[in-house]
Amino acid sequence: MSNLEKYNKIFISTFEIKAEELEGLNYQGISAWDSVGHMSLISSLENAFDIMFDTMDVIDFSSYEKGKEILSKEEYGIDFNA
Amino acid sequence: MTFDEIMSIPPYSLNEKEKTKLLTKRLSELTKHHAKACPEYQRMLNSIGFDIESIESYKELPFLPVRLFKELVLKSIPQEDIVKTMTSSGTTGQAVSKIYLDRNTSANQQKTMVKIVQEFTGSARMPMIIIDCPNVVKNRAMFSARGAGILGFSIFGAKKIYALDDEMRLDVGALKSFLEENKGQKILLFGFTFMIWQHFYKELLRLKEEGITFDLSDGVLIHGGGWKKLISEAVSHDEFHKRLEDICGLKDIHDYYGMVEQTGCIYMECECGHLHASNFSDVIIRRPIDFSEAAIGETGIIQVVSTIPESYPGHSLLTEDEGEILGVDDCPCGRKGKYFKINGRLKNAEIRGCSDTYADKFR
Repeated sequence: MSNLEKYNKIFISTFEIKAEELEGLNYQGISAWDSVGHMSLISSLENAFDIMFDTMDVIDFSSYEKGKEILSKEEYGIDFNA
Repeated sequence: MTFDEIMSIPPYSLNEKEKTKLLTKRLSELTKHHAKACPEYQRMLNSIGFDIESIESYKELPFLPVRLFKELVLKSIPQEDIVKTMTSSGTTGQAVSKIYLDRNTSANQQKTMVKIVQEFTGSARMPMIIIDCPNVVKNRAMFSARGAGILGFSIFGAKKIYALDDEMRLDVGALKSFLEENKGQKILLFGFTFMIWQHFYKELLRLKEEGITFDLSDGVLIHGGGWKKLISEAVSHDEFHKRLEDICGLKDIHDYYGMVEQTGCIYMECECGHLHASNFSDVIIRRPIDFSEAAIGETGIIQVVSTIPESYPGHSLLTEDEGEILGVDDCPCGRKGKYFKINGRLKNAEIRGCSDTYADKFR
């Protein structure tokens, strides 16, 4: 499974949404992605990619796209083109 | 001045003069913003003939009694922008404050809290033990102060467990295996003062008699929610610290003061046992007789100001708590800003009169 597929799958299962809804999805944009949902998303991503987010990155993770940007940073090193 | 500019300054770095300048600028801007965006707030300013251009310091800005948020819907955003409504804790039947948050204010609350707490715990996330029951955060539509506190602090937790079950009983097995799994790591514990005492400390004491002990000497405990019930059990601040250290080795303990009406701007207790105001907020002690500013060491009613609230006019509030300033910029812990202590809640009767009559005028 590619990193992007992994990433998408976690969103889809955490928030019970369809793949078509991923693009442009924002924190607080759907009822499932509230602060409780956010922490489950974070912990699922941490387990799946075997990383630990910095506290500020947990907060800055404000959209589907922003999350990819954060994970691509050097300290996490997740390559979404792989 | 944007909130991001304030965020970029280390939270306890400004001296009195620098901080006064920053707060006066930001809080004046917030006052103007809310006057424009919240008609009820505008009417209150008009009724006291307040002129924003006439002030020289944030200390001259009007303050609303916190009680007003129980009686009026006060918000500076359209209904459709509300992402979260927070409520204060209150006993059944008691009116609760309702605080309306949009995405921006909600995010800034969380960021501020993190900035402040990191000054005490460091920035790494830690295994976390929440001394409460999982039920508290289950009602997601309405956030109680207790749930909001737990969720807010959860951001520091890498792995988390709730130490209590939904009947508020200590889950000894879960606690034991969690501590084993995370041996040698710094552990964050979070909970509310009375619950820690009642459901954690007392249970550890009982378990000790059975020969079961826990080592939390690597832990850091953050607790809040007030001392009222413990004082009625004659447990002082020092006693609380001493007993926890005796039972499980926990030494790094920080109380905090905060309220749902100004979530994010919490006042953390330092190593010297003092509550500290960060750059994001301030406390001003008011004399009950004429609301003038009390001197250092003089007890009065606590006014709180916060640079965060944009979605509701809660940037300057008169609490129902009593306290005193202990000093400014010179705490031995090295943090700049005011440090203070809380002496307790005001007696209901003392404030109800002026607050209720005040609110009635704006119906």
